[in-house]
Amino acid sequence: MLILGQDEKAKYPFLADAGEYLKDKGFSLVQFGSDPVLKLSVEKALHRIKVAAAGEVYKSDLIDGQASKDYVLEREVFSFLLAIVLIKLTGMSTLIKRFALAEARRAENYLEKDLGNASNKSKIDLATRIIYDLFNIEIIKENDFFVIPVSDYLKHSVTFHEREWKLINRHVENGKVFLTPDKTVRLIRKELGNYISSKIINAPKPSMIPGLESIVNELILISKKLTPTYTITTGEYPPCIKHAIDVLEKGENLPHSGRFMLATFLLSRGQTVQQIAPLFKNAPDYNPRVTFYQLNHLAGISGSATKYACPSCEKLKTQDLCFITKECDNIINPLQFGKKRKL
Amino acid sequence: MNEIDIKFLEDSFKKYYFNHFDLISTPQRTSEREFGYQKFNSGMFRHISLKDDKELHLLFMQNIPSDVYCSNAYYSFPNSPMNEKDWQEADLIFDIDAKDLNLSCRKNHTISICNECDKVSKDVNQCVKCNSTKLEKKSLPCKNCIDASKIEVNKLSNVLINDLGIDKENIYVYFSGNEGFHVYVFNSQFQKIGSKERSELVDYIMFRGAIPETFGMKKFKPNRSLFPDFNQKGWNGRFSKQVFGSKSKRSKIISELLDNGYPSFQKILDDVSENIGVKIDPNVTMDIHRIFRLPGSINSKSGLTKILCTNLTKFDPYTDACFLNDDSVEVLANCPIEFKLKNKKFGPYINEKISLPTYVAVYLICKKLATIA
Ligand code: SF4
Ligand SMILES: [Zn+2]
Ligand SMILES: [Zn+2]
Repeated sequence: MLILGQDEKAKYPFLADAGEYLKDKGFSLVQFGSDPVLKLSVEKALHRIKVAAAGEVYKSDLIDGQASKDYVLEREVFSFLLAIVLIKLTGMSTLIKRFALAEARRAENYLEKDLGNASNKSKIDLATRIIYDLFNIEIIKENDFFVIPVSDYLKHSVTFHEREWKLINRHVENGKVFLTPDKTVRLIRKELGNYISSKIINAPKPSMIPGLESIVNELILISKKLTPTYTITTGEYPPCIKHAIDVLEKGENLPHSGRFMLATFLLSRGQTVQQIAPLFKNAPDYNPRVTFYQLNHLAGISGSATKYACPSCEKLKTQDLCFITKECDNIINPLQFGKKRKL
Repeated sequence: MNEIDIKFLEDSFKKYYFNHFDLISTPQRTSEREFGYQKFNSGMFRHISLKDDKELHLLFMQNIPSDVYCSNAYYSFPNSPMNEKDWQEADLIFDIDAKDLNLSCRKNHTISICNECDKVSKDVNQCVKCNSTKLEKKSLPCKNCIDASKIEVNKLSNVLINDLGIDKENIYVYFSGNEGFHVYVFNSQFQKIGSKERSELVDYIMFRGAIPETFGMKKFKPNRSLFPDFNQKGWNGRFSKQVFGSKSKRSKIISELLDNGYPSFQKILDDVSENIGVKIDPNVTMDIHRIFRLPGSINSKSGLTKILCTNLTKFDPYTDACFLNDDSVEVLANCPIEFKLKNKKFGPYINEKISLPTYVAVYLICKKLATIA
C-alpha cells in the first residue's frame, strides 16, 4: 500500500481510505449534515459534482499541488469523499460516470506535473508507484523520458485511433517505448477513470445524512437533466448501435469506424448534428470543434457534400462492431433493424 | 489429383516420415497446442491435442497426412471447439513469402494451368488453347526469389532484435517448404498480446502509418534541427540511410524536404515504406488462432520439407529441404520451364514420358505438372 503525505492525499484523494481518513481527523459523516464549518466542505463537494456534471474539470484550491493552509488541504479531501457519499445517495449512475471522468482528468494533471518534475525525485517516484500499483505498468525514468515495455504500451494504445499513437510514431528501442510525461499519463487515462468509478461503485451506500436531503435532491434533478435525449427517441436500436452508445457513455474510446457507424446511423434516422454531437462528449479525446466538423462532413453539410451511408452488417462484422442477436433477424444493414416485415 | 498419383505421394511421404522422425518433434509445451492435418483430396482435421512425440509420430503413420499443422497458440483445452479452447498466449510468427515481394523474376517461372482444358503454359492471362481466363498459377521459385526472401528475413531480425528487444536465441527461422520463410519468436514480452496489438506490431515492422512529425517534419514552422540522423536507433536511423543516402547529402536533402512541404513529406514516407518496411504477411501475424505447418513435415505444395535454417546465408532449399529418395519413377511430365533440385537441372518437359528420381517426380506432381505414367 502507498503511504501518502497530506498534499498527495489532496491531489489523489481516490487513493485515501475514506473511513480511516475521517476517523483520523476525528469526524463522523453525520456531522457534515449539521456542523456549519464542515458545511463548507459539503458545498465544495456539491460544486465539485456540478462541475463534473457539466463536463469540466474541477479546479482545486491547491497551488502547484501545495496547499497554503492545512485546512485547505483537509477540505480538498473531505469534499472528494463527501462528493462520493452524495453521489451514492442520489443513486444516479450518470453522475458516477461524469464524476469519475472529471476526477480522472484532474488527477491526470497532477500525475503529469509530478512525472515532469525533474528536480523532485520523490514526486516522480510517487507518480510511477501509483501507476504501478493501480495499473500494473512499470515505468522507468530514463533521462527526460519514461520508458515502458512495448507490450504494455500496445495494450493501452490500441484503443486510441489517432495516428500519433501508432507504435511506428513512437521512439522505440530495445523493447521499450519512450514517452514524455503527458503521453505517459494519457496512456492510462481510461484505466484511471475506471479505477475511480469502480471505487465509487464499490463504496457502500450510506444512509441519508440529516441536513443533506435538499442537496441530494438538487443533484438528482441535475442528473435527470443530463440523461441525454438520444435514449428517448422512438424505435429500438440494434445491438451494434446500443453497444457504441454504451462505450461512449462510459467515457471509453470508440474506434473511428464505430463513430462513423453511429453517426451515419443516427443521421439516417433523421437526427441532427446538434442532437448527435453531445454523444461524443465523454470520449477521451473529445474536441467539440472537430466533432462538429466531422459530423457535418458525414451529413454532407460541409466539404464533399456527399452524404455517407451507414455501413452494412457485413462490413461491421469485419470491424468487430457487430453484436448480433436474434432480433437482428438476417438484416443486411443496421438501418433495417426492427423494420423487416415478418412473413 | 488422381488415385495413382495420391498413392505414389502417400508412399513417398510415408517413407520420408518413417526415416526422418528425428526431424519431426513436437514444439515445447505440446499438450497446450492445437494440431491439425490434411489428407490428399480431403478437408482439414483440426482441434487435435497430442501429449508427446510418440503420439505425433503415430498420427503420421496412421493417417499419412499430406500436411500437418500446429498452433502457435497455447490453450487450456486445445481439443475443444475454438470458442471454448481458452486461449492463453501465442508465439509471435511472421510469414515472408516470395510471391508477396513483387519480384520481376516471377513471370519467368510462373506456369498457368487452364482449369477448363488443362493446357499448361508459361505465365499467361488467357489460355492459349481455349481462351479461358480461369487459370491456376504455379510457381517454381528461383534463387532470386529465395535470396530476396532472405533479405526480408534479415530486415525482420534486425527490427526484432534492435527495436523490439528480442533475444537472438529466441528467433527461429524456418524454410516454409515452398516459397518463403516462417520466423518464430519464443518467450518474448509479446506472448500474451492479442490480435489488435499484434496488428500494431505488424504496422511498425512494415513501416506503415508513419506521420511526418515522427521524422522531424512539422506542419507549422518546420525546423531542420528536428530531422533524424544516421546514428539514431530504430526507424529514424533506417529512414536517414534511405532518404539521405550519405552524410554529405543530408543537409541538401533536408532543405529540399522543407521546400517541398508537409504533404510531399507524407508521400515520401509512404514511398520509403516500400523499401525499408519489412514485407511480412500481416494477416498471419495478427491471427492468434491459426495453425502453422509443423517443422519437419512435408509441404504438399512442393514435396519439400519445412525445416529450420541454422545458417540462413548458406541455406539452399532445393538441396537442404529436399529429403525424398532417388528411386526412379516413370511420369508424364508437362513443365515448360527449367528448375533445379539437389543441384541438378531438370526440364523443360513438353508432355513427355520420362523416368525421374522420386524427389523430382513428387515435386512436379505436387505442382500439378506431372502424373504417374
Ligand atoms: S447484425 Fe447488423 S444490426 Fe445486428 S448487431 Fe450486427 S451489425 Fe448491428
Ligand atoms: Zn484452356
Ligand atoms: Zn524468382
